[in-house]
Amino acid sequence: MSRWRRRETAAGEPLPPTRRNTEFLLLVFAVLVPVFAYANVGLARHGSIPPDTAKYGLGLGLLVLIAHILVRFFAPYADPVLLPIAALLNGLGLVLIYRLDLETPNVQAASSQLMWSAIGVILFAAVMIAVRDHRSLGKYAYLAAAVALFLMIVPVFFPAINGAKVWIRLGSFSLQPGEFAKIILVVFFASYLAGTRETLMMIGRRFCGVNLPRGRDLGPVLAVWLTSVGILVLERDLGTSVLYFGAFVVMLYVATARIGWILVGLILIALGAFVVGSAEPHVHSRVQNWMDPFASIHAGLGPGQLAQSLFCFAAGGLLGAGLGLGHSILVGFAAKSDFILATVGEELGLTGIAALLVLYALLVARGFRAGLTAPDAFGSLLAYGLSAVLAIQVFVVAGGVTALIPLTGMTMPFLAQGGSSVVTNWALIALLMKISDRGRRPLAPIEEPVPLPEEVRA
Amino acid sequence: MIVTARRAAGFCLLLLLALLGNATWVQAHKADTYDHMSGNRRPQIIRYQQPRGDILVADAPITGSPHTADSFDLAYGRSYTDGPLYAPVTGYASQLYGTSLLEGVEDDILAGTDPRLGAWPVITAVTRRRSAAGNVATTILPAAQQAAFNGLASTGNKGAVVALDPTTGAILALVSTPSYDPGAVAGANRAARAAWAALDGDPDRPMLNRALRETYPPGSTFKVVTAAAALASGTVADPDEPTATPDPYPLPETHTLLGNEADGCRNASLRHALTVSCNTVFAKLGVDMGAEVMRRQATAFGFDDPKLRIPVAVTRSVFPKSPDRPQTALSSIGQFDTRATPLQMAMVAAGIANDGEVMRPYLVERLTRDDGSTVVGTERQTLARAVPPSVARRLQRMMQDVVTTGTGGNARIDGAVVGGKTGTAQHGEQNRAVPYAWFIAYAKPSPDAKPAVAVAVVVEDGAADRADITGGGLAAPIAKAVMTAVLSR
Repeated sequence: MSRWRRRETAAGEPLPPTRRNTEFLLLVFAVLVPVFAYANVGLARHGSIPPDTAKYGLGLGLLVLIAHILVRFFAPYADPVLLPIAALLNGLGLVLIYRLDLETPNVQAASSQLMWSAIGVILFAAVMIAVRDHRSLGKYAYLAAAVALFLMIVPVFFPAINGAKVWIRLGSFSLQPGEFAKIILVVFFASYLAGTRETLMMIGRRFCGVNLPRGRDLGPVLAVWLTSVGILVLERDLGTSVLYFGAFVVMLYVATARIGWILVGLILIALGAFVVGSAEPHVHSRVQNWMDPFASIHAGLGPGQLAQSLFCFAAGGLLGAGLGLGHSILVGFAAKSDFILATVGEELGLTGIAALLVLYALLVARGFRAGLTAPDAFGSLLAYGLSAVLAIQVFVVAGGVTALIPLTGMTMPFLAQGGSSVVTNWALIALLMKISDRGRRPLAPIEEPVPLPEEVRA
Repeated sequence: MIVTARRAAGFCLLLLLALLGNATWVQAHKADTYDHMSGNRRPQIIRYQQPRGDILVADAPITGSPHTADSFDLAYGRSYTDGPLYAPVTGYASQLYGTSLLEGVEDDILAGTDPRLGAWPVITAVTRRRSAAGNVATTILPAAQQAAFNGLASTGNKGAVVALDPTTGAILALVSTPSYDPGAVAGANRAARAAWAALDGDPDRPMLNRALRETYPPGSTFKVVTAAAALASGTVADPDEPTATPDPYPLPETHTLLGNEADGCRNASLRHALTVSCNTVFAKLGVDMGAEVMRRQATAFGFDDPKLRIPVAVTRSVFPKSPDRPQTALSSIGQFDTRATPLQMAMVAAGIANDGEVMRPYLVERLTRDDGSTVVGTERQTLARAVPPSVARRLQRMMQDVVTTGTGGNARIDGAVVGGKTGTAQHGEQNRAVPYAWFIAYAKPSPDAKPAVAVAVVVEDGAADRADITGGGLAAPIAKAVMTAVLSR
């Protein structure tokens, strides 16, 4: 579809704006804010603007510019807010990691995070270019399921790191395949539900006033539940299993509007979590720690990580100590990854935390909006699922480090150190933008419906 | 699907709102609790990040802040000149064990985190910019402090001395023995750990500030309070009239006979009873007035005030609540459950010397910025009016008799007017433990001058021979040395 054709076939009506220039303007801000933050760290710590500020700004700017140009060509009608928020979060994350690197001269993470961000943008580009129409993804539902399961199970065969078996380590290089699995799994869920939601909505048995699903429809639900609990047990990773299961429950509800099933799901996960939480020592200790984060202090062993994290948030108060001036490094080994939010809390204060949460909320809201405007059920469900994944992940991580829920080892999307996470989230944003582009495109005639695979339709 | 999608979006929003709510709870509501929780190392890190401010005595620093490490953590330490002499004033600032006394109370000034140190306090409070550390100027008079310390040390006993300026409340000397060198526990090294363990395990408790934080039965020094109550309430109209007091005095409702160490206490006048320290007269007066009158008088001198700060917190001195009549008798001669800090008894002497007006005691003259400008100065303030001026003057004459003709002769100073009261407080199981020797006094350079100094001395566990441990023998010479040091300033 050429430029000419798009203008021509609008039936005489003015074309809706692509909003690409809005996106560009927002991107300028999204790059400037981290650059200023970077300069701020230097001023606070050494009294001078870091000499490589310009280089750093240009680097980030270049990455973002490449993404922006690709969007102009491959998703011109995409939501203009998604890319700037992702860029801003990623930029702030780099600043925070650079800032924490100052406290750990022997372990530098900012440059590798920058490299991972670049790889993330490359994946973003790949999705932009390769996925011409998101509906084509629906064809690979069961392949997706198989790949996702494989990715989830692989780490079981690798040694545990920090008590959780979620890593594949090859030399100094480590990956969290579960991060990649989350998108692929959502693709499967979306495809499965788009094909079967009619059946699921119609047929069921009433039991005690609740519509319960038929056994054969229950199969996939049970399979997902078993997988989640299996991960929980084998990999000792409460967060990921809550994430998968939560995303599935949300999508199931959206697709079928069946509260009864949600109840079944919630009861199942609660049961699973309770059993594992009380039986599995690693998970059990996390729960104990959540119930009394300061127990180790009273026992004379000094504060644990969660206590240190709470101290960070408390020290930040309303306005924060200022970038570079906090002591969040006291959290210890995961300060740059799982606990990155503690640095935000201490140095930018409640104000910074609120701003950050608003950014995530906007991201999630825009994701849902993409789903609402998507022309097909698969696209809608995919967008809802991806947005829910973002929201749940933010909740699980941020809730964990602020002792709202038990702590689980997961990363704050875009913000935290962790290559797999950054790369995956860039792909996630690319998918959401593809879906929103499809929804807002004025031409949007559904030229030929993309057939769903037979087995899914049945 | 649109309706359910909107609900799902609402659910996601709810999750994020829950996070915001929880963050607010932690960062706004619980922040203060967490900030001061043991295990949170931030106060230590902040305290030693830049050179720590000094505590000043007579405008000269008695502390230092040497560079101890090149890291951001514990970069500067704490040192003390004359550590044991000033330990009851400064307390300690330890890189391992926190802070105490002035080092603790004025930590914000000394660490430079107090927003008032900045040029624009409101803006400094918002930006949290740290200023150069401020200094804490104390009211201590070095000569008086040294005299008190030497005097107590020469007895070889535990004890405390407090000297006040009666007209202002400024604390001129604050000594507690045995003392310790706070510099020994200041660092973060093995030596500091060992020193801490030794001090913490020492049965003599050298880190206890006996002048402010220990209460003793005040014994006969409390008779001054009873005398004040008797005169102020009109129970005794003329201190030279004989009182109808038997010797020995049978404690009401009991068969116990209360005797005297001194002679001539039968029907003695109030003046004579104070001069030679008759137990019988004051016990009976206490019973005659009743516990409530006694309690009110004690409170008027500053007893029973749990909120007294100088700005270091002071332990509350007590007159027992609702004692029966025999207990009232004993409480009125400073026994039973009557307990006072040395500072409190110095306030009694100071209040009488200052014509009945008890000034609020204070240890900090002013807080200053790095450049010497004043952040805030302490204003003299009346704490309470203990007795009317006329009663105070009668008490003064009686206390002066104690020194000129009575038990307090050891405190006499040539060319000055000195009033005092001795005390020997019984304590322990059946009062068998070695008694505490007390002396409270004040001094004026001349009969018409304003009082220059009031002092309280307590010496614990004196020599083995019980008869020798009277306030007049052990404590009065120390009080004299301190008063002389103040008078000759």
